[in-house]
Amino acid sequence: MASYKAPLRDMQFVMHEVLEVGNTLATLPGYEDATPDVLDSVLEEAAKFSENVLFPLNRTGDEEGCHFDNGEVKTPKGFKEAYQQFIEGGWTGLDCDPQYGGQGLPKVVGFSISEMQCSANMAWAMYPGLSHGAYAAVNNHGTDEQKALYLPKLIDGTWSGTMCLTEPHCGTDLGLLRTKADPQADGSYLISGTKIFISAGEHDLTDNILHLVLARLPDAPKDVKGISLFIVPKFIPTAEGGVGARNKLACGSLEHKMGIKANATCVMNFDGAVGYLIGEPNKGMQCMFTMMNAARLGVGMQGLGLNEVSYQQALAYAKDRLQMRALAGPKFPDKPADPIIVHPDVRRMLLTMKAYAEGGRVFSTWLGLLLDIETQSQDEAEKQDASDLLALLIPVAKAFMTDNGFEATNLGLQVFGGHGYIREWGMEQFVRDARISQIYEGTNGIQALDLIGRKVLMDQATKLRKFTKIVHKFCEANGDDEQLKEFIEPVASLNKQILDITMQIGMQSMSNRDEAGAAAVDYLRLLGHLVYGYFWARMVKTAQAKADTGDAFYQAKVATARFYFAKLFPEHLSLTAKLKAGAKPLMALDSEHFALHL
Amino acid sequence: MKALVAVKRVVDYNVKVRVKADGSDVDIGNVKMSMNPFDEIAVEEAVRLKEAGKVSEIVVVSLGVKQCEETLRTAMAMGADRGILVETEAPLQPLAVAKLLKAVVDKEQPQLVILGKQAIDDDANQTGQMLAALLGWPQGTFASKVVVADSKVDVTREIDGGLETVALKLPAIVTTDLRLNEPRYVKLPNIMAAKKKPLDKTTPADLGVDPAPRLTVLKVAEPAKRSAGVKVASVQELVAKLKNEAKVL
Repeated sequence: MASYKAPLRDMQFVMHEVLEVGNTLATLPGYEDATPDVLDSVLEEAAKFSENVLFPLNRTGDEEGCHFDNGEVKTPKGFKEAYQQFIEGGWTGLDCDPQYGGQGLPKVVGFSISEMQCSANMAWAMYPGLSHGAYAAVNNHGTDEQKALYLPKLIDGTWSGTMCLTEPHCGTDLGLLRTKADPQADGSYLISGTKIFISAGEHDLTDNILHLVLARLPDAPKDVKGISLFIVPKFIPTAEGGVGARNKLACGSLEHKMGIKANATCVMNFDGAVGYLIGEPNKGMQCMFTMMNAARLGVGMQGLGLNEVSYQQALAYAKDRLQMRALAGPKFPDKPADPIIVHPDVRRMLLTMKAYAEGGRVFSTWLGLLLDIETQSQDEAEKQDASDLLALLIPVAKAFMTDNGFEATNLGLQVFGGHGYIREWGMEQFVRDARISQIYEGTNGIQALDLIGRKVLMDQATKLRKFTKIVHKFCEANGDDEQLKEFIEPVASLNKQILDITMQIGMQSMSNRDEAGAAAVDYLRLLGHLVYGYFWARMVKTAQAKADTGDAFYQAKVATARFYFAKLFPEHLSLTAKLKAGAKPLMALDSEHFALHL
Repeated sequence: MKALVAVKRVVDYNVKVRVKADGSDVDIGNVKMSMNPFDEIAVEEAVRLKEAGKVSEIVVVSLGVKQCEETLRTAMAMGADRGILVETEAPLQPLAVAKLLKAVVDKEQPQLVILGKQAIDDDANQTGQMLAALLGWPQGTFASKVVVADSKVDVTREIDGGLETVALKLPAIVTTDLRLNEPRYVKLPNIMAAKKKPLDKTTPADLGVDPAPRLTVLKVAEPAKRSAGVKVASVQELVAKLKNEAKVL
């Protein structure tokens, strides 16, 4: 029987013992009430909800999927009730502005909760997740009137939101976007066009759905500089904030997908639907960019959440499943065979999942805290540093956590052997669900290009140096500690190398831009391992200091760190070699020669 | 009418506890602690009575280490109005708890005291009954239904033969069974609000109670491991084994 327990102990270890978020939050205005004990209570209650309400609907939702009937979409059985319970609990307003009914809690705790929800039921979690994106867009760029009208509804969860970017011919390259916005005399716009892949585009969870739509004004420049952002409600709100006339937009169909089947992925047709401009004309992309960090980290959390839940199932199975004897001699002679956890290769799989989950947890929690600093800090220098580190590391979080998440769910399935391939065990669902996280919100290839181009090379590695400096300081301060040496040395060494490697790629790409493109994905993984190496070393430092408590948690932490440094971190050697090989091996084969018959 | 609910901080029901190597006790260092599930039901019942207008104020009491504050905050997030912590590092046995609760009851003068029928750590199932005796109040234990009307409370009790309903004159003691209700999920705003609700602290000395244990624990051991079963060939053999080996017939 599948079960999910939120990893509260590890979350608390990360928050309170490693990162000491309480100290940082205490310096940020607005978070006076977010003391560690309150954060713990919030996490505990969120854990109960995820474990007992959301998780039981995960597999049934996958089996049933969403129903489409003449433009109407029904979510799977139980989803609406769970959503109702969720909004009655006030969870949709967690980190939202108290002025509009939010709870004003830090983002950092919001991301931990989103990990739990993604573990428990990623397809369900996406519904409130998208509303939160819409909240952020209106909150950051809306007028006071728009905020007063829409925010309370998004915060109390009675209305939901979507992000309508993609069109049939326009995915990664939004410059190709065609949806039109015709200005009207009353200041509104009529929106016409087709959007595809719209998550939560139509469903039965809320009274109204607010579509945030990218579209072009008649006189707009052709490329991405000519895109504006509009809010297009399913039902046009009345002045009092009620649900008014049905707008001219409809869900044309549901996509049939590999995973997240319980989340409605819609084709949305806008046929002269009334919309309202958010932010300035032609500044739609900038509006989107301000939400991108949180949204991309959110997708990273999906990778992490699925990594964790798959690990929990695989671990239980490996302890329970009796097959063969340990190679070094029977471990449980009284049983017909040993549990498969005795086998080195099963341990390799379990430890890989565990090390990636725990590494991702501390990294993403730290990024969540940086988001809090970026928005709340009064110290301009601290704010700028947070902003730079986020810009640099968000693509790493999105791509590295989802690539590792997919790898972990795949390993989890493998631990189950043939049973992993059978639907009833639920392991293959995690693989299918995880797969999308590598694709949407900017494919992982695009994340890598964003990292190496816009984030690293464009500013001559200034942001990168901000991070390597943090790593360097930590290594300097702790390098003499005998107990930490084995962890610090490899991190310090890679930290130095990465600057040289970056320089080389920069030089090469000046004469050939393909060099940066060829390096991008390997480079992102390389930086990912530097980040995880740094955080694993930090976790060891905390755990070593408490080793004499006799608490097995700390011993397990150190043992997992040793596994990470011995078996996963060395991937940097092959990555370095691949980076050295450059673009030539990729570009040498003539496109014409990619053919069956030459 | 004021209701008082006693809540105990216990090892979380998901934790598999281990006996300490020296057999002196169960090892509860570093394990997750939560509110005793029976007490959650007690708090829930009080909150429902308040929502139904039968109860005007809910006071929650916990006894033990400082961290019991967290348990009280949880109860207040569920809907209790204020908390009292009787703080002590001393191990508490049911009689000491009952005496301490009596002292709190004497001060607070509630009309109704609701407790879990037992705590899932020691499963003693004694505190409510002892408290009733010390106060000289009527008691309705193992409640699966509680109806407060006028100056009495009807308590439906789960007993071996089925259900029994007793009518108690207030003030009275009620202890809860699992079927009484299903505790609610705490709402996020209430977690924040609970932080601001009053929480008073006192000590056994302030209450004039000596909580020293009256019972001595000789040894704590894990239950014997279940051994493999055997297949019997006939009913006769089964009956014989039950009679002679298991000695249950």
